[in-house]
Amino acid sequence: MSEKTRILIAKPGLDGHDRGAKYIARALRDHGYEVIYTGIRQTPESIVNIAIQEDVQFVGLSLLSGAHNELFPRVVELLRAEGAEDIVVFGGGIIPDYDIPGLKEAGVRAVFPPGTPIAEVVQFIEQCRTGSAQTT
Amino acid sequence: MPHRVSADNLSDLVRGVLAGKNRAIARAITLVESASPLRDELLEQLRECAEPASHRADGGSRVIGITGPPGAGKSTLIGELVAVARMAGEKVAVLAVDPSSPFSGGALLGDRLRMDRHGLDPGVYIRSMASRGRTGGLSPSALETVSVLTAAGFGTIIVESVGVGQSEVGILTLADLVLVVLNPGAGDEIQALKAGVMEIGDIYVVNKADYPEAESMVRTLHAAVRESIHAVIEPRVLRTIATAGTGVEALHREIGERLEALNERGELESRRRRRITTALQEIAGDLFSEWVRAWIERHGLTDPQGGVPFGKLRRELAAALETITVREGCMDEEDAK
Amino acid sequence: MSLQKERLRWQREVADPAVSRHKERKDGALTTSSGLPLERVSIPDDAGYATDAGVYMDRLGFPGEYPFTRGVQPTMYRGRYWTMRQYAGFGTARESNERFRYLLDAGQTGLSVAFDLPTQIGYDSDHSLSYGEVGKVGVAVDSLADMEILFDSIPLDQVSTSMTINAPAAILLAMYIAVAEKQGVSRDKLRGTIQNDILKEYVARGTFMFPPAPSMRLITNTFSFCTRELPQWNSISISGYHIREAGSTAVQEVAFTLADAIAYVEAALSTGLTVDEFAGRLSFFFSAGSDLLEEVAKFRAARRMWARILKERFGATSPKSLAMRFHTQTTGAGLTAQQPDNNVVRVALHALAAVLGGTQSLHTNSRDEALSLPTEESVQIALRTQQIIALESGVANTVDPLAGSWVVESLTDEIERRAREYLDRIDREGGMVRAIENGMVQQEIEDAAYRYQREVEEKERLIVGVNCHSNDRSVSCHDVMRHDPRVQQAQLDRLAEVKSQRDGAAVERTLRTLREAATDPAADVMDPIIECVRQYATLGEISQELRAVFGEHQQHAGM
Repeated sequence: MSEKTRILIAKPGLDGHDRGAKYIARALRDHGYEVIYTGIRQTPESIVNIAIQEDVQFVGLSLLSGAHNELFPRVVELLRAEGAEDIVVFGGGIIPDYDIPGLKEAGVRAVFPPGTPIAEVVQFIEQCRTGSAQTT
Repeated sequence: MPHRVSADNLSDLVRGVLAGKNRAIARAITLVESASPLRDELLEQLRECAEPASHRADGGSRVIGITGPPGAGKSTLIGELVAVARMAGEKVAVLAVDPSSPFSGGALLGDRLRMDRHGLDPGVYIRSMASRGRTGGLSPSALETVSVLTAAGFGTIIVESVGVGQSEVGILTLADLVLVVLNPGAGDEIQALKAGVMEIGDIYVVNKADYPEAESMVRTLHAAVRESIHAVIEPRVLRTIATAGTGVEALHREIGERLEALNERGELESRRRRRITTALQEIAGDLFSEWVRAWIERHGLTDPQGGVPFGKLRRELAAALETITVREGCMDEEDAK
Repeated sequence: MSLQKERLRWQREVADPAVSRHKERKDGALTTSSGLPLERVSIPDDAGYATDAGVYMDRLGFPGEYPFTRGVQPTMYRGRYWTMRQYAGFGTARESNERFRYLLDAGQTGLSVAFDLPTQIGYDSDHSLSYGEVGKVGVAVDSLADMEILFDSIPLDQVSTSMTINAPAAILLAMYIAVAEKQGVSRDKLRGTIQNDILKEYVARGTFMFPPAPSMRLITNTFSFCTRELPQWNSISISGYHIREAGSTAVQEVAFTLADAIAYVEAALSTGLTVDEFAGRLSFFFSAGSDLLEEVAKFRAARRMWARILKERFGATSPKSLAMRFHTQTTGAGLTAQQPDNNVVRVALHALAAVLGGTQSLHTNSRDEALSLPTEESVQIALRTQQIIALESGVANTVDPLAGSWVVESLTDEIERRAREYLDRIDREGGMVRAIENGMVQQEIEDAAYRYQREVEEKERLIVGVNCHSNDRSVSCHDVMRHDPRVQQAQLDRLAEVKSQRDGAAVERTLRTLREAATDPAADVMDPIIECVRQYATLGEISQELRAVFGEHQQHAGM
C-alpha cells in the first residue's frame, strides 16, 4: 500500500522556543514524510484533535520549558480516549534523563534529546512503520 | 474505529463518514489519497449511501476555492471566514493544499497554524494535503476528497491552493466559486497575475487593506476586472484586514450572493459539469499513463535502432480503447433491454 | 591631525574628566602580569604602524566618543567591571528570593529575574493553559503579593534589577514600583531594566499577547512613563539574544535587533517624544557565541551602526543617545547536553568574547543549562568564570584590546555592510513591523537555523561531544536540579488566598478604569495599571482587560 507517512510535529504548553520543532519538521520533510506543524502554544486537546483530523501515524512533541511530565502523558491519554492509540507519540526538547523512564511508561515511545542526529529519528519512524520498533 | 481499513470493515468507515465522525473522515481521505483498491469501493459506497443534495437542508455543499500568491494572508483570512461561517451555522471543512517537495516527495504543511482557531469545534474540519507532484496547485485527489467531505455533510468546503504563477488555474477544476486573495505592495506581480489569475476569480480580495498601497491596488484591480471578458458576472473587488477580522463578514455575504447569482444563471451547474468531466478525464489519464508505463516496460523506450515507437504505441492504445468502446456499447444495449 | 594628537585631545577632553569623576580600579596593577605597561587605549602608532588618522577616526574613534566602536565609556573596565548579572528565578517567589539573596552574597552586583511562562504571557497560575508550566522556567507572579515576597529584604534602592518580561512588561513594572513604595523607596531611586521588546517575541521567542499595533502602544506608554518618572530605568532592552538563539547568523542578529530598535524609535517619535529625551534609555541585549573573533566584531559593528543610525537617521546629538549600552548572555543553544562539563569551557570562551566586545553586563550560562535549570553549584561556576576573566585574564586592563587586529577590523566592517543590506531591505518592505507581519524576518532566521543544523548533521561543522569526539563515557546528570511538583499547588493556594483577602469592589473599579484607558488610543495605561496592582488585581485579570480591548496575536510561522 502506497500510504504516505504523515507526522504531526506539535508544541504543547506555553514555551515559544520552536527552533528544534521547526528543524525536525523540515528535516523530516526532506526525508520524504508529509509533516504537519502546529505552531506554538497548543493544548493536548487540540494536538489530539489535529492528529485525528490529519490522520497522522506519528505525533512528535517538542518542549523546552520542563512541563513534559504533565503534558506528554496527557496527549497519549487523550489519544487513547479517542481510540487512536495506534498513533505513535515521541518527544524531544530539554528532558532530563531521569524523566525518560516515566514518560515511556506513560506511553511516549521515544525521547530524543538535543543533538540527536535526524537519522536516528528517521530510523525510529521506519522501525515503527515496519512494526519492529524497539523503544529508544 | 479500526486502525487499518480492510474490505471487512469498510462499511464501518462509510457509516462513520456519513455520521460526520472526524476519525472516519480522516481515514477515508487517507484512503482516497492512496492507490488502494479499497479507495474505489469506498467512493462507490459513499456515493450510494450519501444523502442527495436535493434532500439536504443546506441544499448541498458549496465548494469555495481560495488562491493567491504566498504571503497574501490566505490562511489567516480563511480562519476568519470559517469563524463567520460558523456563526451563520454552517458546517465548514477546509482543505489546505501545499506543494510536495520535488526532491524528497515530502511536504511541510503549516497552513492550519494560521486558520486553526476553532479548537475543538466539531463543526469545523481542517485537513492539510500535499500536492504530491501534480501541477496546477492541487492534489490529484482533491476532488475525490471533496466528495468525501460532501458525504460527511459539510455545507461549506473551502479549498486553499498553493498560488504560484499559472498554477492557480487548477482550482477551477473543483470550485463553485473562486476567490483570489492579493496583498498590496506586490504591485509588480499584478502584471503577471493579469495573464492567468485575472481570468479565474469571481471575487478579488485585497487583504492587508490598511497598508498605504492598498488603494492603488484596488484601483488597478477594478480596472482589470472591467476588462475581463470571460466572466459571466463582473467580478467584485473587496478589502479585508484578515488579522483584525475587518471586512470578513462582508466577504462572507458576498460569497453567498455570488453563489446565488451564479446559480440563477445556470453557471454553477455548468461549472460542476465541467469539473466532473475534467476529473473523470484526469482519472482516465492517470490510468492510461499507467498503461503506457507498463507498455514501455514491455517494449522498451526505443527500438534497438534507437527509433521511438510513436506509431506502434498509438496503434496499440487505439486498439485497446476500441475493445473498451465495443464492450461499453454492448452494455448500453443490455441496459436498454 | 596625527593620531597621537587625537589621543591627547581625547585624554584631555573625555578621559581625564571621566577619571576625575570616577577613579580607575586599584584592585590590581593596570599592567600585564609581568609588569609591562598597558595603554588605557592602544592605537596603531603604539605598535609602530602608520594609519590614516581620518579613516581611523571615522571607523573607530576613541572609547566614549562617536562612533563608539571601541566602547561606550572612556575607561571601560579600567574604571569598573561589567555588571555580573545572573538570570535566576524558579518555583515560588519565596524560593527565588532565597536564590537572589544567595547570589548577592556571592558577589553578584545586579539581579535578573526570570518569570515562568504563564507570567510572561499574562495568565494566572490557575488558568487552564498554565497547567504544568507554573514555576518551571522562572518564578510565578500572579499578583503584587508574590512580588512583595520576591524582593523581601532586598532594598530596591541598592540593587539594579533586570526583568525579562515583554508582553506584560507594564504590569510587572507597576508591581515593582508598588513594592518600592511599600519599602519607602521613591521612584527616582529605582535602577533596572524591563525587556519590553515585543517585536522579537513575534519572530523568535514566542511570548506575545497582543497584535503589533497595541503592543507598540504599550511600549510607547512605558517609554513616556519612564521618561517622566523613572530617570534611572531602562525602558527597553532590545534583544538580539533570542533572535540568535532561534538560529540566526551574527549578521542577522545585529540587523534585526537594530531594525527592531528603529521601529521603537519611530513609534516613540510619533507620540511626540524627542529622540534625545528617550534614546539614552534604550538598552540592548546580545548573545555571545563560540566564534570568538566574529562575536567581538559583531559587538563592535553593532555599536558603530547604532551611533550612525541615531545620528544620521534620527538626528540625535546627545552622546548618551548615541552610545549603545548592552547586556550579554552567553549562548544557550551553543551548549551541549552531551558531556555537559565541557560547557564550562565553552561558557568561558563565550564570556571572553562578550568582554572583549565591551559588554556592560553579563550573564554566564551554567553547564547544565541544556539539561535542566541550573543547580546552585553550576551557577557558582558560571559566576566564577566571569570573575576569573575580570581578575585574572588581564583583558579588562586595557580598552578594546582586539582593536587593530586586521581580521577583527575587517570582520567588523563586513558585519556592518551585510547588516546594512538587511536594513535597506526591511525599509523597502515598509519597516520592521511589516517585515515581521509578512514573515520575511522569520523565514530568514529559519533558513539560517536549518542551514546550521544541516551542517552539523553533515559534519561540516564540528561540535565536540556531539558529532565528533563523542566516545567518552556519558556523564550522568543525577545531580541536575529537579522541579518540585508541589510548586504548582502552593502557588494556586496563594493565589486563592490573595483573591479572598482583597477588596473585590476596588479591584473591579480599577480594572474598569484600566479598560476605559485602554480603549482610548491616546490615553496612557501605566497609571491605571499601577492602581490595579495596588489593589492586588492579578496579572491575569489585568491582561484579560487588555486582551478584551487589544485582541490577541496569531502566530506567523514562516516555512
